[in-house]
Amino acid sequence: MSATAKTPILELAGLRKSFGRMEIIRGVDLAVVQGERHAIIGPNGAGKSTLFHLVSGHLRPSAGAIRLRGESIEGLPPQSINRRGLSRSFQVTNIFPRLSVWENVRCATLWSLGHRYSFWRDVERLDDVTRRTEEILTEIDLIDRRRTPAGVLTYGEQRALEIGLTIAGHADVLLLDEPTAGMSHAETERVVALIRKVSEKRTLLMIEHDMQVVFDLADRISVLVYGEIIACDTPARIKANAAVQQAYLGTEAA
Amino acid sequence: MTDARTLPRTDAIGGRRPGFLARHAVWIALALALLLLPYLFSSRLALSTMSMMGTMIIFALSYNMLLGQTGLLSFGHAVFFGLGGFFTVHVLNAAGSGDWPIPLPLFPVVGGLGGLAFGILFGWVATKRAGTAFAMITLGIGELVVSSALILRRFFGGEEGITTDRTDVMSFFGYGFGPQLQVYYLIAAWCFLSIAAMYAITRTPFGRIANAVRDNPQRTAFIGYDTSRVRFIAFSLSGLFAGIAGGLSVVNFEIVNAAQMGAVESGSVILMTYIGGVGNFAGPIIGAILVTWLQLILSDATQIWPLYVGLLFIGMVMFVPGGIAGLLAMQAPVMAARKLHRVVPFYLLALAPGIVALVGLSVLIETSHQFSIRASYGPQLTLYSIPLDATSPLPWVAGVVLAVAGGILFMRAERLARDAYHAAVAQGGQG
Ligand SMILES: Nc1ncnc2c1ncn2[C@@H]1O[C@H](COP(=O)(O)OP(=O)(O)OP(=O)(O)O)[C@@H](O)[C@H]1O
Ligand SMILES: [Mg+2]
Repeated sequence: MSATAKTPILELAGLRKSFGRMEIIRGVDLAVVQGERHAIIGPNGAGKSTLFHLVSGHLRPSAGAIRLRGESIEGLPPQSINRRGLSRSFQVTNIFPRLSVWENVRCATLWSLGHRYSFWRDVERLDDVTRRTEEILTEIDLIDRRRTPAGVLTYGEQRALEIGLTIAGHADVLLLDEPTAGMSHAETERVVALIRKVSEKRTLLMIEHDMQVVFDLADRISVLVYGEIIACDTPARIKANAAVQQAYLGTEAA
Repeated sequence: MTDARTLPRTDAIGGRRPGFLARHAVWIALALALLLLPYLFSSRLALSTMSMMGTMIIFALSYNMLLGQTGLLSFGHAVFFGLGGFFTVHVLNAAGSGDWPIPLPLFPVVGGLGGLAFGILFGWVATKRAGTAFAMITLGIGELVVSSALILRRFFGGEEGITTDRTDVMSFFGYGFGPQLQVYYLIAAWCFLSIAAMYAITRTPFGRIANAVRDNPQRTAFIGYDTSRVRFIAFSLSGLFAGIAGGLSVVNFEIVNAAQMGAVESGSVILMTYIGGVGNFAGPIIGAILVTWLQLILSDATQIWPLYVGLLFIGMVMFVPGGIAGLLAMQAPVMAARKLHRVVPFYLLALAPGIVALVGLSVLIETSHQFSIRASYGPQLTLYSIPLDATSPLPWVAGVVLAVAGGILFMRAERLARDAYHAAVAQGGQG
């Protein structure tokens, strides 16, 4: 794999984040190249979600740089980063509970299709929006549940909707935070297939605890331990890496 | 599995696209109702009450653009109603004395523009924040405007307010708008237009994103939207419609004063909207009609009528958070299952002791009022056409008995009604 030779689409340099006196992200450098599927693994509390919060604009870095296609995005609000083509999902399901499934996905398509804050156009007559919403709902297999309020969906369905909201806006860099967490084996398989499909023409950065999924999907893996990336390599070499085994994989990989 | 390509164009209405009449049935019915109401209720009092209701419908709907649609609790919405009124009254007076060629039906536009301008100005400050901070800022804006009204006496007219004569301006196709009936139709037309416009706004990209902001502002930012911008637009638009309502109020009453911008009026619109139901577009319409009517008959019957409205509000918040519209919407599945005849008797069964309890409560309240605050007027009072003596035990005992017995029976019957409802819905679900 010659991924490392390609230009990075997302670059983190010397990234740091402290909460009070606790430094959670302690100087992360990472280059995600265009089109790759990049997994981030690491023990609980390593700072993986915090890293996503920094990249997606949910949190402001204490120091360091984040570049998307070469442009600095650190400190920008979430909506600005989203509009530049980076979209993220959340570890804890984060949807619009009182809106129907259809409305959830439709809202997530609106900005990218250029409808912005229009308060004069009938949303039912926006054919591009309707088409895109149907497409996404079919993709995440919730088309038959489109009239259900999102808040009453099953856990698995809500996780699928979470991914639907993330991919609806045509972003070409996707950040998925533990998309398979808490899922049954069958559900996990379906979500992995979905992720594989939606990330085909995109760049994917994914936090995942399920090693099966990681080794299945990822082109490269970064290992985050105590706010630092201790290794970044292909799945095969990560598996073989002694430091990683000691720090994280432990008996699981043995 | 549904084939995606066969999905109806609109998700809300399934099946084939119905004809014009069916698609617009609600709107045609509304237009007819507005048109025909004066034939049913033709007294001057009825016409003036309905005119006021029309104004309040617009005002309450404009408030629900904030509370129900965007999840913003404002304590200063009357500011835009009142300012709309003041702009209208001044332009109306100028037009009357200067013979401007503007007919009366266009003046609510002035109110709307005034409301919009100040919606933009104050919204620019208030909508930077959400939640409690937003609520506190709107409270502050209300106080600010009312206290500046005391300083800017030329514009706000001091305590008396500013009066006008709506018949001074150019006539409109021969209508001079002296008679209340003509004013009613003017207000009805604006009411219809405003309802339609505000409904249309809920069905736009902005309208849907406003709902998203209400549900989960954080996630809205991650689908590309600036939530404070969404709040700002909602605030400005609701100022526009509140201003229109204020303008109509001036056309109706030919007077506006600073008290109409105050906390009492801001509270009143919250009451209407909430009692009607914030979760449903039609809720504030119901609330505006009901509360206006209640205020009218209660203020006729008792001095302490705000107490009753307050009790109603507390009762609704505690027991019927969906408001009246929510209660009605809950009957949709029963109707769909054709089981309405199974539940309505139970509703009536609960209603009867409920009314008894309310009567008992009102006897206690009125007797205490006579006994304490109105003691200097003597102990005699007349309730439900029965002469009573506040110093005798009769009204007290009767009040307690009615309230307690009615209350207990109501709670029993209410449980039965609940069971009947759930049974009907469950059976409908099976069938
Ligand atoms: N807002 C915050 N304030 C203070 N500490 C925080 C905050 N957010 C996260 N932390 C701490 O930062 C550390 C890393 O949290 P983070 O959620 O990034 O871990 P993670 O790697 O995603 O873990 P998991 O695998 O459990 O999801 C944790 O110790 C957490 O308690
Ligand atoms: Mg995490």
